[in-house]
Amino acid sequence: MTSSEELKKVRIPPAKELMRLKDRLAPGHRLCAGCTAGTIARCATLVTDPDDVVIFHATGCLEVATTVYPFTAWRVPWFHNAFENVAATASGAEAAYRSMVKKGKLKKVPDIIAFAGDGGTYDIGLQSLSGALERGHDFVYICYTNGAYMNTGIQRSGGTPMYAATTTSPAGTVIPGKMEWRKDLVAIAAAHKIPYVATASPADHRDLMTKVRRALDVEGPAFLLVDMPCPRGWRFNEKDSVAVAKQAIDNCYFPLYEIYDGREYVLSRMSKTIAKKPEKKVPVEVYLKGQGRFKHLFKPTKRDDLITLFQQAVDQEWEHLQKLTEMY
Amino acid sequence: MTKASSTPGKRVGMTGDEAVANSMAVINPDVVAAYPITPQTIIVEHFSDFVNDGEVDTEYITVESEHSAMSACVGASATGARVFTASASQGIALMYEILFIASASRLPIVMAVANRALSGPINIHGELTDQTVCRDTGWISMFSESAQEAYDAGFIAFKIGEHPDVSLPVMYGLDGFILTHALEGVYPLDRKFVKKYLPEREMVHPTIPGNPVSSGLLALQNYYMEIKYQQEIAMDAARKVIPKAFEEFGDLTGRYYKNVEEHQMEDAEVAFVTMGALAGTAKYVVDKLRKAGEKVGMLKVKTFRPFPEEDLAKALKGIETIGVIDRDLTFGAPGPALYTDIKTSLYDHKERPQVLGFVAGLGGRDVAQDEFNYIYKQVLKNKGAEKSVPVEWVGLRK
Repeated sequence: MTSSEELKKVRIPPAKELMRLKDRLAPGHRLCAGCTAGTIARCATLVTDPDDVVIFHATGCLEVATTVYPFTAWRVPWFHNAFENVAATASGAEAAYRSMVKKGKLKKVPDIIAFAGDGGTYDIGLQSLSGALERGHDFVYICYTNGAYMNTGIQRSGGTPMYAATTTSPAGTVIPGKMEWRKDLVAIAAAHKIPYVATASPADHRDLMTKVRRALDVEGPAFLLVDMPCPRGWRFNEKDSVAVAKQAIDNCYFPLYEIYDGREYVLSRMSKTIAKKPEKKVPVEVYLKGQGRFKHLFKPTKRDDLITLFQQAVDQEWEHLQKLTEMY
Repeated sequence: MTKASSTPGKRVGMTGDEAVANSMAVINPDVVAAYPITPQTIIVEHFSDFVNDGEVDTEYITVESEHSAMSACVGASATGARVFTASASQGIALMYEILFIASASRLPIVMAVANRALSGPINIHGELTDQTVCRDTGWISMFSESAQEAYDAGFIAFKIGEHPDVSLPVMYGLDGFILTHALEGVYPLDRKFVKKYLPEREMVHPTIPGNPVSSGLLALQNYYMEIKYQQEIAMDAARKVIPKAFEEFGDLTGRYYKNVEEHQMEDAEVAFVTMGALAGTAKYVVDKLRKAGEKVGMLKVKTFRPFPEEDLAKALKGIETIGVIDRDLTFGAPGPALYTDIKTSLYDHKERPQVLGFVAGLGGRDVAQDEFNYIYKQVLKNKGAEKSVPVEWVGLRK
């Protein structure tokens, strides 16, 4: 399947049917309570044929928590190489599968998913990702972003939100957390002119699953950036993970959209609603206030100056995104 | 340009790099992932010709770095594919991290190393340090003396690495420029030979659709040691597999290789010991010295890992003094790589020669007859010395 028009028509089975399927990621793994990485991984793999999918994984929370030797939580073929190279690893395997198809040893190249966190993607894995996207390997790269190196203890990454306190960008008496805006990884991926790029969130799991299926169906590389609320790193109650994910959509800090062929921006359901009814857009302060990593913006004194700067940056990005979606 | 399908038995002129590319054209690996670096470039250029001219059906991934080259090799090899790459110097250093993962994952990737000095200062010429520093990576490691040996090494490397008792990656070196870029006559092989010598790779737990196996897991205090020990067992198994692979190769081609090649060792009193292209010069000098009545021989260490301690001890029986010539370096150690390995290997043997160490030819500096004659003189001078003689740098600017 190549054309973006065909791709937009890709739908996933109704919930009733999906619920009957056996999870590809088995329970009993060691992810933290309230961690949405498991949610994302389960959703993403549920829309694959277990006999026609192979998972590659960068070092990270999801990797270490699901495969502690001699156990594995994965019911589908799974391979881990290192931290910064899942894109290259998957591209090697994809080439090998193509070779097998050529030699009649395999019917088709299977669905290939590469999972990596924001550290392994925004930072140390960016080169490997860029190379694989440029070379056009047929695989789906899913970056689950919890906005820090959570696996090693909440250190700052290129995906960390501005002002978030991490263990390497602490809320000090002089410097209030991380001072830089996050890297626009989605635009970087799209700049490779790959056929499909999208953002997704566990707050809209059907949207997430549909996007994974589209990403798998498309020929060539596809990239998904999925918001991954982390109760331990963001400091919120573990029962609120999905609610926090929803807040980021509602305040447009993490809008949901697709980019076809690196050009055509399309807002997804939840973000489209806000674009149509701007009054539904929630101030970002609510989101910041709900998470311990931003508590220095509220105590001991409320930092309206910083909250305003954060809000302005969100507004600017949201405006820009809407302009992009209006181009097509 | 030589063709992949050259006629066996007929000598063809090719550079060492071309020889490597040509051998891979005959082997026709499933996947090649490589990144260009001097002096390896001719390998990847020449192989690209084979790919684009349809002489091989290899999937060739032109990765964006050596780190990704080795990473892609790991991904490809994990599916059960036959995988090749080539690199040198900084490239090897960049992929160093993944070399350990390749061996721990028990993936028989084969890599040609166009041995080159490491930066800094930046230098593109021949030196073996890029490969000797990989001695702890868990790879089988070999060196070549000639373009022919580099040509043959590819076949032998897959044979050893893919053996079920071994299942380890193999790297083989050819000295930068001295071998990679010099034209030599090479007897090529063909695909009929490959069919006989190199059956298809069979992997126990391939990462393929429908085979729900997890590989590359986190192994902590309770299992890490056992997994590393399995690698040690595999390396020991390689000690048995390698001579058989050499023998079988020799029976089919007439070219017999050995872990430790002996030259003029009968009745020799002293000997040179070295690796790689230096062995060629050493042989030449030894022959000349022999004609002048000197009782000198030469040992070429072809297999560096697993280190052939027993072969060496056997070959050195009755030898009084050896001069070990290292075209590699390690700082602050008792001596360079080959020298220290040899000394360690011989320690437990009652009858052992005096071992003198020489560092020569770093950064591609010539090691010609004069240098060997000098080394020989030094060996004779220090022969039987009571005190330990420090490792000497040969040909150093005064």
